[in-house]
Amino acid sequence: MSVILDEAPAQNLSDYGLFADMASARPAPGVVPFDLVNPLFSDHAQKQRFVFVPLGAAADYDDTDVFDFPVGTVLVKTFAFAPDMRQPDQGAYRVETRLLIHKASGWSAFAYIWNAGGTEAVYAPIGGRQQIETISPSGAPLSINYSVPNQNQCKTCHQAGDALSPIGPKARNLNHKGQLEDWAERGLLAGLDGAAPAAPAVFDVTLPVEARARAWLDINCAHCHKPDGSASNSGLVLSSTETDPAKLGIGKHPVAAGRGAGTLFQVIVPGAPDRSILAFRMASVEPGVAMPELGRSVPDPEGLALVREWIAEMERPE
Amino acid sequence: MNLSRTALAIPLALILAACSQKAAEPAGGVPALPPALSAEGNFGATLQGALISAKAGDTIVMPEGTFTLTDPLSLDIDGVTLRGAGQGKTILDFAQQSGAGEGLLVTSDDVTLMDFTVRDTKGDGIKSKGADRITYRFLTVEWSGEPDENNGAYGVYPVESTDVLVENVTVRGASDAGIYVGQSSNIIVRNSVVEYNVAGIEIENSSGADVYGNIARNNTGGILVFDLPDLPVSGGNSTRIFANEILANNTRNFAPAGNIVAGVPSGTGVIIMANRNVHVFDNTFDNNRSTHVLITAYSLPFTDEAYNPLPRDIVVRDNRYTGGGDDPQGMLAPLAAALGGGLPPIVWDGVSSWPGAAGPTDVNLTIAEAADIQFLNLGVPSYPLDPSTLAPSPERPGSAPPTEPAPIVLPHGGN
Repeated sequence: MSVILDEAPAQNLSDYGLFADMASARPAPGVVPFDLVNPLFSDHAQKQRFVFVPLGAAADYDDTDVFDFPVGTVLVKTFAFAPDMRQPDQGAYRVETRLLIHKASGWSAFAYIWNAGGTEAVYAPIGGRQQIETISPSGAPLSINYSVPNQNQCKTCHQAGDALSPIGPKARNLNHKGQLEDWAERGLLAGLDGAAPAAPAVFDVTLPVEARARAWLDINCAHCHKPDGSASNSGLVLSSTETDPAKLGIGKHPVAAGRGAGTLFQVIVPGAPDRSILAFRMASVEPGVAMPELGRSVPDPEGLALVREWIAEMERPE
Repeated sequence: MNLSRTALAIPLALILAACSQKAAEPAGGVPALPPALSAEGNFGATLQGALISAKAGDTIVMPEGTFTLTDPLSLDIDGVTLRGAGQGKTILDFAQQSGAGEGLLVTSDDVTLMDFTVRDTKGDGIKSKGADRITYRFLTVEWSGEPDENNGAYGVYPVESTDVLVENVTVRGASDAGIYVGQSSNIIVRNSVVEYNVAGIEIENSSGADVYGNIARNNTGGILVFDLPDLPVSGGNSTRIFANEILANNTRNFAPAGNIVAGVPSGTGVIIMANRNVHVFDNTFDNNRSTHVLITAYSLPFTDEAYNPLPRDIVVRDNRYTGGGDDPQGMLAPLAAALGGGLPPIVWDGVSSWPGAAGPTDVNLTIAEAADIQFLNLGVPSYPLDPSTLAPSPERPGSAPPTEPAPIVLPHGGN
């Protein structure tokens, strides 16, 4: 526990004792695996998530915001790639593990880069890049200039006002497969009253396109595009709870998009994805144009198709 | 397995060696600078490491030289000074940059950036967000080559900040604004040179700005004071533009089409759009081919109910005007053509209402120039523009001038 609460990060990931065995990344007792209804797209990386809440303490449930986790909580996310993404279980190797630790002074973020043997990961305050060669889920060769974020870049996405905050562990993102009830049963979560909201699964085609597209934007964009996020100055708010069409980008002119706007005039032109800056920037891989700015070097084809479908379905203004 | 792995081990010793170097206090009382960072190895990694491990009060010194950076830089520690060996001597070259929207991002307070050059970033040059009491001093931000719409948007870009000082900065080649201050308050931009940008200097959705002693030349538009709708901070007001040289801002508009500044007519000296209490005085205007001073309403549709698209409480006085107005461009071209060709030094669109407004507003415009300085009220009834409905008039409005804002005083030294 002292390693977790120490203001300075440990040099090696193994120092935290989060894993019983580093080579297999098997979690230690009390370190609980979880997943999200909709993960953030990160260059197709596979993600393994774990949560550790100190014994005898619990996170306080919240309907809309990130749960109020106690000091000593560690959120663990490991990013891995398989040589062929159509067979994600075969030959997958870990690239980095990110820790969000709730210290006495607030949340801190640290990235650890795995060694080639997959036996240890080392603290990497300035991040780094790694060339990944793989086969995409659609079967095409894919070359990824993968970026491990530096400490400041962690904050770009995890910013909430002046502080750092987790993004994923909200009720609506965790509420599937009985996960919330499981957390409550394990004593990780207090105050669950049984009526938790749930985000629509983004790629469940039986659900309405609008709800799925809004859920995709919520998990992929809204950590910056929120009123106290890194992109607050844009006036574009992409949280699933936003209801003002102008804030969502409908008919909204860009402010400081620069060449990110391309030759287009509005963030969303209803009925016209090809004329919408939102879709243009999601499709781009060019620095200065591509959105999100961090965390991806290749487009998310499924996410892009979904958002385009949503825009195409919108009624054109008269 | 078909995979390649680039070694990512971080040279931690290098980082530790580079950081937390407190300035020693020699006998004379002037703190000596810490030694410069090593120019050996991966300078981008060395510098980013120093920026991450710095402590409040630290000065990070960059050596002379041109350094290629492949990743963006960021600073999130309060009270840090980042300095180089001088403009054009320490050059951070981002032509090979991948990722992120700017070259250097500052998100902490009380930061000073000085004595270096940032070149060819993919997005903005240097951005500071929520960074109070920031100083940009003796910096150059530039994009090489001819003006190009693929250049980054803003050179120097403080936003959502209080107490902003930009001085002795040179910016060239920005495809939006060279020096752009947005959604901020208490601002000084002085003694800087902006050239070959679309907008030289732009103060947008901000309150309390002094812009003086600058040279704005060969941009598309020289100095812009704008207020835009649908932003977290609007109601921009109280800007003084004085003692600037605003010369030959006749570069073609090379902004990407969707940008607000893509509508700036090439050849405009100063544009005041939808802002309140703006004073333009003691400037030298020369050879801006569209017009020297353009005062205009925001002309696009908007939904922001709190937004007022009209310029209000504007004073233009005691400036020197030579040449210009002989070849109006952009949206001014058809208007000028309808009026016989050229435009006088000061042009107001004449709009006093907008769709959804309760009624006409007295924009309270004061033109206090020598009698031979011509003024034109285009008499646009409202937007969208229809050149056939113009009711032009050379008559100056006879309003009482608003009180000039007091000079900006900054707590971190600028005054």
